[in-house]
Amino acid sequence: MKILVAIKQVPARDSQLKIASSGRWIAEDDLTYEINEPDAYALEAGLQLKEKLGGEVVALCLGPARAGQTIREALAKGADRAIHIEAEDPSAYDPLAAARLMAAALGAEAPDLVLTGIQSDDLGYGQTGPILAELLGLPHATLVMEVEKLEGGIRVKRELEDGWFQHVLMPLPALVTVQSGISKLRYATLMGIKKAKTKEVRRLTPAELGGVESAAGIHLDRVYLPQRAKHTQLFQGNPKQAAAQLVEKLRFEARVI
Amino acid sequence: MSILAVMEQRGGVWNRMSFETLAAAQQLAAELNTTASAAVLGQGIEALAAELAGKQIEKFYLVEHELLKEYTPDAYTLALRQLLAQAAHDYVLLPHTYQVRDFLPKLATALGTVAVSDVVAHRVEAGAVVLVRQLFQGKVNSDVRFIGAGPHFASLQAGAYRADQVRQGSLAVEKFIPAIAAGDVRTRPLERFRESARAVDLSAAELIVAVGRGIKEAENIALIQELASVMGAELAASRPICDAGWLPMERQVGSSGQTVGPKLYVAIGISGAIQHLVGMKGSRTIVAINKDPNAPIFEVADYGIVGDLFQVVPELIEAFRKAK
Repeated sequence: MKILVAIKQVPARDSQLKIASSGRWIAEDDLTYEINEPDAYALEAGLQLKEKLGGEVVALCLGPARAGQTIREALAKGADRAIHIEAEDPSAYDPLAAARLMAAALGAEAPDLVLTGIQSDDLGYGQTGPILAELLGLPHATLVMEVEKLEGGIRVKRELEDGWFQHVLMPLPALVTVQSGISKLRYATLMGIKKAKTKEVRRLTPAELGGVESAAGIHLDRVYLPQRAKHTQLFQGNPKQAAAQLVEKLRFEARVI
Repeated sequence: MSILAVMEQRGGVWNRMSFETLAAAQQLAAELNTTASAAVLGQGIEALAAELAGKQIEKFYLVEHELLKEYTPDAYTLALRQLLAQAAHDYVLLPHTYQVRDFLPKLATALGTVAVSDVVAHRVEAGAVVLVRQLFQGKVNSDVRFIGAGPHFASLQAGAYRADQVRQGSLAVEKFIPAIAAGDVRTRPLERFRESARAVDLSAAELIVAVGRGIKEAENIALIQELASVMGAELAASRPICDAGWLPMERQVGSSGQTVGPKLYVAIGISGAIQHLVGMKGSRTIVAINKDPNAPIFEVADYGIVGDLFQVVPELIEAFRKAK
């Protein structure tokens, strides 16, 4: 089975974010980056399927030059090769423009299964998967916890709301967005890291893919820190004093204990 | 200019978020000096139209077809494309449910547009609609505008609009039968199921202590358990803790777990991603303990301690003991 996994590089989860002086994006100077966590689960699902069924895992990433590090890590974990669409300012792309580039980059790849995370930790639109499916003419399923190969297709287990699940039968080729947290993520081995250095990374630019238009349907005007809707009484400093103050407030002001 | 609210039902029962979407559509219609219509998809769901009697809906489209009985992205997309081709709407609002997340990007793409997903608020500026949505799991907000031709789609976050503000008036019901062939539907959904019965009913708990990623290791859960015991509270968790198997799934609070509304909810090491917030923001008093002062959990918290939970929680255990 030829499996394509779309991955994205995003600021590390515990980053303290500041707004850039342009007001159009966050300040990126002091940030560290990592693979978008939901995509790490998509990659893991792809690697497990390959181990079971054989075939190939190809990583596809739209991102600036620094995303090369995330691609190397995916190769070190076991992806066979990668396609890197190198775009300097990926946050400028709306989900349709980004997916159009990805669809164009696939060219003649014709994967049997395309996997993505459920959403990105930065923009969080949660749309790349289903949009890519529509552009590629593939059936799709989102929030998938298991993929099982059957004769002539796959059976996926989808998560629904309120603790409900559903199996869905799908033909191949298909696109599936993978629910986060469904398996234990592997670490790259020393051998894997060594091997990754020799694996193929095909680099493409948006211009080569005919997709320089970055906003296909929506425009991000500005970003800003949210205003607190609620007045939160904060206790800072000495933990012992903070704890005592909090318990006092809960007893005599909120009267909940 | 007109607005359409796409409402959601399953088995003839409304998804409650549908009414938040209807209220939002009515509000936007008033702001843009136009009318709001609504649509619902399914089969054998005429009774739902009667339940809307007395609400202000220009037209209520009852979109019915045998192949809409069970949800599939292909049939839903096809039906809505046909409805929008016949009855054009400039803005189409939907609830940001799992189902909408599944088909809306496909529908918008099929029409050459981009949906704005997970919207928390909007405003109208010089006749243009500006949508507010959250980035970085709620740490940053953004203003987004549509460009180009519509229909302009937006899905609305749970709780962003109030269902009790649906305006009263009259509605005209119109049936719409889309043309869908069995061959158009490529996926086949099977029966829905639940993994196991829930032994723990957190919705009845008066006091809840919940733990998140900040706890770092499974062994550290014992510290939070001790605090819960001292307080006489139920222990709960955010999703990553249950995914990791550190606490059973039945103790998970959030969109994929339980929805709770205790007197007191203490969130420890939980950043407050929206998936968690929707499950607990109805709590009467919320306390957050987190090392990041910008964590979104502080936006819903009444009281907060900014600090290292491993220093704060032992002190809290002590303080609660003394208070007894």
